[in-house]
Amino acid sequence: MIPPYLWQEIAQLTGEHFVLVLVSMAIAAGAGLPLGILLTRRASLRTPLLGFANVMQTIPSLALFGFLIPIPFIGGIGKRTAIFALVLYALLPILRNTLAGILGVDRAVRESAIAMGMTGRQLLWEVELPLAAPTILAGIRIATVTTIGTATIAAAIGGGGLGVFIFRGIASVDSTQILAGAIPAALLALLSDGGFSWIERRFSVV
Amino acid sequence: MDRGLNAQPALEFRGVSYRINGSIILENLSFCIDPGRTLVLLGRSGSGKTTALKMVNGLLFPSSGQVLVESRATSDWDLIQLRRSIGYVIQEVGLFPHFTIGENVGLVPRLNGWTPHRITARVAELLHQVGLDPVRFLNRYPRELSGGQRQRVGVARALAAEPKLLLFDEPFGALDPVTRVELQDQFLELRDRLQITSIFVTHDVREALRLCSEIALLHRGKLEILAKPADFMDCQGPEARAFLSTL
Repeated sequence: MIPPYLWQEIAQLTGEHFVLVLVSMAIAAGAGLPLGILLTRRASLRTPLLGFANVMQTIPSLALFGFLIPIPFIGGIGKRTAIFALVLYALLPILRNTLAGILGVDRAVRESAIAMGMTGRQLLWEVELPLAAPTILAGIRIATVTTIGTATIAAAIGGGGLGVFIFRGIASVDSTQILAGAIPAALLALLSDGGFSWIERRFSVV
Repeated sequence: MDRGLNAQPALEFRGVSYRINGSIILENLSFCIDPGRTLVLLGRSGSGKTTALKMVNGLLFPSSGQVLVESRATSDWDLIQLRRSIGYVIQEVGLFPHFTIGENVGLVPRLNGWTPHRITARVAELLHQVGLDPVRFLNRYPRELSGGQRQRVGVARALAAEPKLLLFDEPFGALDPVTRVELQDQFLELRDRLQITSIFVTHDVREALRLCSEIALLHRGKLEILAKPADFMDCQGPEARAFLSTL
């Protein structure tokens, strides 16, 4: 059976993992949403910005964490580097879904809003964002679930979290340790997915 | 109607042309509408009638020439103020799906800063006017309504803030023939009562003859004929004959 000290470590590392994901997602959403909105207004920026986010996604995560270590300010060993990498990964789905959600608003609805004398700000807050919300939320949901998985690699560069168990388990060929990291991570992912689906149902207006 | 009191046209197109990517959509369009009259822009698809309509509320601007609302060029208006004083009804209706019927109708009054109490009263009055029971419809969402009911809401929304001009872009085109006639009757009744200057775009000559004070026939971006309905019936131009032959 599982010894008590392990329970304690599971609780601690799960908390760390959760904070890692939460901070990364807050930054990614905080940057991705305004950037996505900007992309709906400036078509010329779409290719370069989405291209950048796409390229970030294609870099294998372990490699990206490694690349960041020698970079000054954002790099090094520890949580900051891990969060930076996680943000880069989470950015694409949020960016892409914000763009798709807003561009997907019915042309007739948008035209009516403009023709009725809404200002650009009113159009965004009263029409585009509420109608795009399900798509944007879906992007954040995908990004969060992915980030919970990817965040296990943060342990490789001293970022902590449930990855600590997994890397330790691999090194010592101890499947109990691996499972102690993998199971809570999977549960965390399931829980957040369920949470988002609750939010979607709770606030769906259309 | 009572022209003597106010000789100034409510709306004037003065030599309006519109070109995009080298193709000419409108060419040297000129006409006036007197206050309280209904001008129907008749024409085939692609004749430029929707483009002309969108120039009135500043969704588009002429490449050359001027569109004057109350003798002031649209380019000189504060666009937000101009648009809030013009009702706009389109075929796709364009109701906000996340707003209730009440919120849809009350939008422009709210944007104009009316008190909630006044908005509520106005919305109920308007729904009543377009033949919808306020009690039943106020808190429903557009998706719960039939096409005809939705377009009634569209008309109510356009009328909400007591506009000085009404623009209709094939508003009844997607409705079944019976509902269409019902809504045309509604339009006539409202127009006669409220006396709001209107432009009505359609490709249906029957609808045009029914609703207009004057018909403007557009063909390939040019104004072919501007006539009263009785005179339009006698027009001999090929495009006019083509439309009249559909009667």
